Amino acid sequence: MSLRNDLKIISEFIEENEKILDVGCGEGDLIDFLSKKSVDCRGIELSQKGVNKCVEKGLTVIQGDANSDLQDYPNDVFTTVILSQTIHAMSSPEAVINDLIRIGKRAIISFPNFAYWKIRLDLLLKGRMPKNDILPYEWYNTPNIHLCSISDFEHFCKQKKLKIIKKVLISELGYKINSSFSENLMAYQGVYCISKR
Amino acid sequence: MAFDKIDITFKEKLILESNDQLDKCEIAYETYGKLNKNKSNVILVCHALTGDQFCSGVHPSTNKKGWWDILVGPGKVIDTNFFFVICSNVIGGCQGSTGPSSINPKNGKQYNLDFPVITIKDMVEAQVRLIDALGIEKLFAVIGGSMGGMQALVWGALFKNRVNAIVPIATSYRHSAQNIAFHEIGRQSIMADPNWNKGLYNEFNVKPSRGLAVARMIAHITYLSEYGLQKKFGRNLQFSSSLSYRFDIDFQIESYLKYQGRTFVDRFDANSYLYITKAMDYFDLSNRRGGLSNLFKNNDATFCFFSFTSDWLFPTAETKTIIKSLNSSAASVSFVEIKTDNGHDSFLLKEPEFHKILKGFLSGLTKKLGL
Repeated sequence: MSLRNDLKIISEFIEENEKILDVGCGEGDLIDFLSKKSVDCRGIELSQKGVNKCVEKGLTVIQGDANSDLQDYPNDVFTTVILSQTIHAMSSPEAVINDLIRIGKRAIISFPNFAYWKIRLDLLLKGRMPKNDILPYEWYNTPNIHLCSISDFEHFCKQKKLKIIKKVLISELGYKINSSFSENLMAYQGVYCISKR
Repeated sequence: MAFDKIDITFKEKLILESNDQLDKCEIAYETYGKLNKNKSNVILVCHALTGDQFCSGVHPSTNKKGWWDILVGPGKVIDTNFFFVICSNVIGGCQGSTGPSSINPKNGKQYNLDFPVITIKDMVEAQVRLIDALGIEKLFAVIGGSMGGMQALVWGALFKNRVNAIVPIATSYRHSAQNIAFHEIGRQSIMADPNWNKGLYNEFNVKPSRGLAVARMIAHITYLSEYGLQKKFGRNLQFSSSLSYRFDIDFQIESYLKYQGRTFVDRFDANSYLYITKAMDYFDLSNRRGGLSNLFKNNDATFCFFSFTSDWLFPTAETKTIIKSLNSSAASVSFVEIKTDNGHDSFLLKEPEFHKILKGFLSGLTKKLGL
């Protein structure tokens, strides 16, 4: 089984014997992979179909909505809480991020960079809402209501006094990009590990 | 007929939640499969309101398949080639465990209504003693649907050190007002039967069969879904192509319910029905020790809940309430809702997705525990 590019990076962030929560775990690819590395994994998934698939694989997953259900968890119960390719579909990303770093010692968030040069070009030249592999929807059916760029995210962290422990930027082909002045233009997606200061 | 029984009061009497006590209490039980060397492969299966210890194979008195034969047996989801399955008749029951039709040691007569009112927790206390008597320290899992799920939850809440995994299916942390209401109609129907004789029917050599049958008919409707009933029976007529204009059976659904009632009274005791429905009505985990979330604090057990979309007796929302409190104690919990038209009864029926997922859960846990 091959993991999605951002999930590969995330899995490298996780160490043995961690206790993690994957928020929006889909069909459980990441936690299935991590479970085999003696990581204690839990998952929340919005779609019942995804949940059922996960539990069938022997994973610990419940149906739930990150917008409302993270509030139920007590403080600091997980070493890492993961939110991959989901933050842009949350009704309140700020509240969700606060919950992530409250229930976990750190949070790993991956998201598509809306300032990627091809996206900019789409809008600039075609004048149409951008679409790509990780943003496949039309404007009228997209669940992605809170898209942001690499710069936006870092600005947010600075403003909210969140610590960026680690970041990895990924190219469209899945390679890691070395940070440079043009990262906000070149990165296809970003993976950030953050915590309270 | 003779049942396999263990006297669980040979050391000490059983104090009940009501503060009443049973000086002598026997548990009738069945086992399937083989106990492994470490005694680590034990699954306790808990039966529902009208179930019994014969969950697999052929029932010795009805000659029908055990109530969970579809799930429990060699090569099945709860695979008895691998697991050692224990299933016991609840106290208050009528298949060999001590209940209202047992002999009261104080006067040598049948208890009838002198039998103390028992609770789900009392049933579980009795199961714990059974497990003790069988020399089993820790169960691999406790699995049960409906009232069996209530027992599983009590194991998870109050005997968490004795069990690795809890699988509550189509159940709730408490019996709702609507559920109590349906049970009360059933009890009233039994007690309104002239043969009931204030519970002393055995002394008169009669049975309150009509009352018990009506109780079963009512309950049976709650086990199905409106859509399921409509799909299966519609307004189809039983015998002819026209209405009879009499009060005989016209519709197939009437015939079906009558059959359900009739066959039930042959195998079930009316007083047991009163006691067990009462135990379910009394069930409410949320009024113990500072509420649900407190109850599941520091719980290392793995929970796996199942609910069914068309179950209106124990709807998904009830399960979600428990999930919420389990999350607040960061317990290890999975929750699956199965889409089906089969209503509450789904947990007893051929539901391929439910079976597939339960199998996956059990094998995942087997690997995790290194069994």
